[in-house]
Amino acid sequence: MLDDLRTSFENLAAATQSRLRGGESFELNLHAEDSEFVRLNRGAVRQAGSVVQRTLSLDLAEGRRHAAGTLTLSGDPAADLERVAALVTELRAQRAELPEDPWLLAPDRPESSERVVASVLPDRDEVLDRLGDAGKARDLVGLYASGPVVHAFASSRGQRNWFVCPSFNLDWSFHLEADRAVKASYAGTRWDGTAFADRLERAAGELELLARPTRDLPPGRYAIHLAPDAVAELMGLLSWGGFGLRALRTRTSPLLRMADGNETFHESVTLVEDTAGGMAPDFQEQGFRRPACVPLIESGRYRASLVSPRSAVEFAAETNGATSQEMPLSLDLAAGDVAANDALARLGTGIHVSNLHYLNYSDRIRCRATGMTRFACFAVEGGRLVAPIGVLRFDDTLFRMLGSNLIGLTRERETILDPGTYGGRSVGSMRVPGALVDDVAFTL
Amino acid sequence: MSTGDTFNDIVRRFRDVAPAADFWSLRVVEERDDHLAVRRGVVQPPRTGLDLGVMVTVCADGGTGYAGTCDVTTSGLARAVAEALDWARCSAGRSVVDPRLVPRDPVRGAYASRVTEPWEGTSLRDKVDVLRAQCERLKCDDRIVDWSAALWRTTTISLLVTSTGSEIEQSFDVLLPMLSVTAAAGSESQTRSLGDHAGRQGGLEVMAAVGFTTAAPRLAAEALELLSAPDCPEGTMDLLLAPDQMVLQVHESIGHPLELDRILGDERNYAGTSFVTPDMFGTYRYGSELLNVTFDPTRAAEIASYAYDDEGTRAERTHLIRDGILLRPLGGALSQARSGLAGVANARAASWNRPPIDRMANLNLEPGTSSLHDMIRAVERGVYMETNCSWSIDDSRNKFQFGCERGRVIENGELKTVVKKPNYRGVSASFWRSLAMVGAPDTVETLGTAFCGKGEPNQVIRVGHAVPPCLFRGVEVFGGA
Repeated sequence: MLDDLRTSFENLAAATQSRLRGGESFELNLHAEDSEFVRLNRGAVRQAGSVVQRTLSLDLAEGRRHAAGTLTLSGDPAADLERVAALVTELRAQRAELPEDPWLLAPDRPESSERVVASVLPDRDEVLDRLGDAGKARDLVGLYASGPVVHAFASSRGQRNWFVCPSFNLDWSFHLEADRAVKASYAGTRWDGTAFADRLERAAGELELLARPTRDLPPGRYAIHLAPDAVAELMGLLSWGGFGLRALRTRTSPLLRMADGNETFHESVTLVEDTAGGMAPDFQEQGFRRPACVPLIESGRYRASLVSPRSAVEFAAETNGATSQEMPLSLDLAAGDVAANDALARLGTGIHVSNLHYLNYSDRIRCRATGMTRFACFAVEGGRLVAPIGVLRFDDTLFRMLGSNLIGLTRERETILDPGTYGGRSVGSMRVPGALVDDVAFTL
Repeated sequence: MSTGDTFNDIVRRFRDVAPAADFWSLRVVEERDDHLAVRRGVVQPPRTGLDLGVMVTVCADGGTGYAGTCDVTTSGLARAVAEALDWARCSAGRSVVDPRLVPRDPVRGAYASRVTEPWEGTSLRDKVDVLRAQCERLKCDDRIVDWSAALWRTTTISLLVTSTGSEIEQSFDVLLPMLSVTAAAGSESQTRSLGDHAGRQGGLEVMAAVGFTTAAPRLAAEALELLSAPDCPEGTMDLLLAPDQMVLQVHESIGHPLELDRILGDERNYAGTSFVTPDMFGTYRYGSELLNVTFDPTRAAEIASYAYDDEGTRAERTHLIRDGILLRPLGGALSQARSGLAGVANARAASWNRPPIDRMANLNLEPGTSSLHDMIRAVERGVYMETNCSWSIDDSRNKFQFGCERGRVIENGELKTVVKKPNYRGVSASFWRSLAMVGAPDTVETLGTAFCGKGEPNQVIRVGHAVPPCLFRGVEVFGGA
């Protein structure tokens, strides 16, 4: 697949180049994937299949006038060339009716790159056998997704970027009854049957604790231990407008008060966009390279924003290769000094939160967030898990939860590969520790 | 721009490679979309999309497999058939449901959205000028720091062909107009918007129908007014929800919990389960006697209207809740076969690259008899909330908390002070029983969302909600931090 795809992409770039008129330039992006999906419920297959998709995006400019279009490739080289030719014609016609775009920005100098991640993916029979075994005595629910994902860029100035990441992501949960369940995942680029078996066994062990009678805790303020998955949910919410320059300058960022110097996080909170350590390509859709590391929050203080090329012009700033959404793709929260094995003992009495669910802002500009506990959350007494709890809603500001009320972050961290598949398979990831937080408001 | 491939060409090529199997289906989907936006007075580069692909589904030997591909050449279709067959083989004996239990009666039919003013009938320049004009009306004060107007148009054509003789072609034209304005002063900022809920089927006539061409001055004035407004009061009080919040309330705490695939457990790892269980249908009191909810894909302008779902089941208006009693879930033919429950035609796929699952389509709260004025007069102490901006609900779709852009205190039957950051929380299972008044037919607004997410692999789809304003008694209400 990959050799043919690269040849096809190069041919389409060359064909687009050959169609340029004087003064015209283009940017071409390819997103492609050959994916296998196995959806599971009650340890059995709910839906299973494959998806082959190739999407080509063309931005055609003449000076500062430009228009953009996207099309799917058919697999027939001649037909695809015709589609691209038709798109060029349409974008030219659109461009003629448009004013100049003052926020258009292209890289000063072309920087080509290539990254092909080595991988070992299992075949579908092996996966189905393994999943069948895992679901035999348990109520297993989830999704297995695997296969290569390709992102590529070409421009009329000769820049070429090629990124291939074949990966798998098994995102599942073992269910006891109703909403009592243990959530787990096994994801990466090299499938290891032994590692998978270990992960299954660990999740199954956690399930045993859920068999204890549920304790319904009343609303109130509790000290909590957030497992890395729960911390990742908080970081995901913060990523929604928290780190982008556009949200900051248009006064809609939840971290606005922090950037203005009126709030801080705890000094142990250091966040970076760690492209070098992540799974995402190191270039964005206009061809700007994404630096290996962009510090966002340093020792609890706002350090820098993610700046897309358009925002760079709009707000007179320097771009740091952010995508147009200005959201991190490889967020890294620095480790703390609490040993994960000691976290519950440090907590003493409170709640262990394995996962959070459906977060949103209840007061965005004050960074006040709400969300639900989910899956294997437990009441903690004497530093031990004593009983699963009914779901609870938290509603508190992240300036308190990650600031004045943060007791500490764990030394150990987990890398979480985004299992998201909206439109296509995500290449996002996070590396986060667990967290101990005092006095969190639970309201429902 | 065109793909150059007709659906007939693709079907003919597919028939040459169609499998000998218990059942097969071919779903061809072509979607054209255009996105125009003007932000802070700057025309954003227009984005055009043309997407074409097919989904092949094969049932063989008790297993089912699918293969979605954008490669619609004969060899690409043959590979998709081989893939789907292989997945059917792999899943045979391991599946949640035996596909042979699903009825496959042949159906032939068609559907097309009604369009009065086609997108192509107005030049790009004129459409951009409309957006510029709205944008200028939003920027009426120095404290307005961000403002935008946008149009997102999609035309989707789908063709479903099956080995049992079904052939269904449907065409959907959708327009989603968007306005947003943010005012800021000091450390406060406030956003007012048309919401993302103003999409409808139709052409450019949708702009006027949803108030896009008149709302800008009001939205800007309200954003500015909110800057100096007090926080929403806190306490247990009456809650009057405008249609552009009811759309979210119905969606999250009636629509999702009634999805039969959630009830059957398919979504437990991702979107969640449901507090509704199969034994509740026919007897469970979901809400007060004023609560009447229909699945209605027959309303021409509503965003998710259609004649057949993506499994080929004919769609009809059906009561899911009548006089407060839960009658029937949102479940398509496959879910009905799995559960033994009667459902509706709501097996839908986001596009050619995803298999159908149970979705809402149009889910409407039927009107009552009250005017908005009557409802306000019936409140001694409460808050009127408009335009959703925050939504969160537990994985059983029970404990929820929602926030709105704008509130107004109601005291002794009159609208009083404007308040900012109005929020409320409740529990679905009891909230709907506090429904005290429902707006009359002339208060109903035809709204919906283009961004309902669900499923593994994930699918985002359009769902419609025609809803009146509604009054609830004794709700926990509060403001900002």
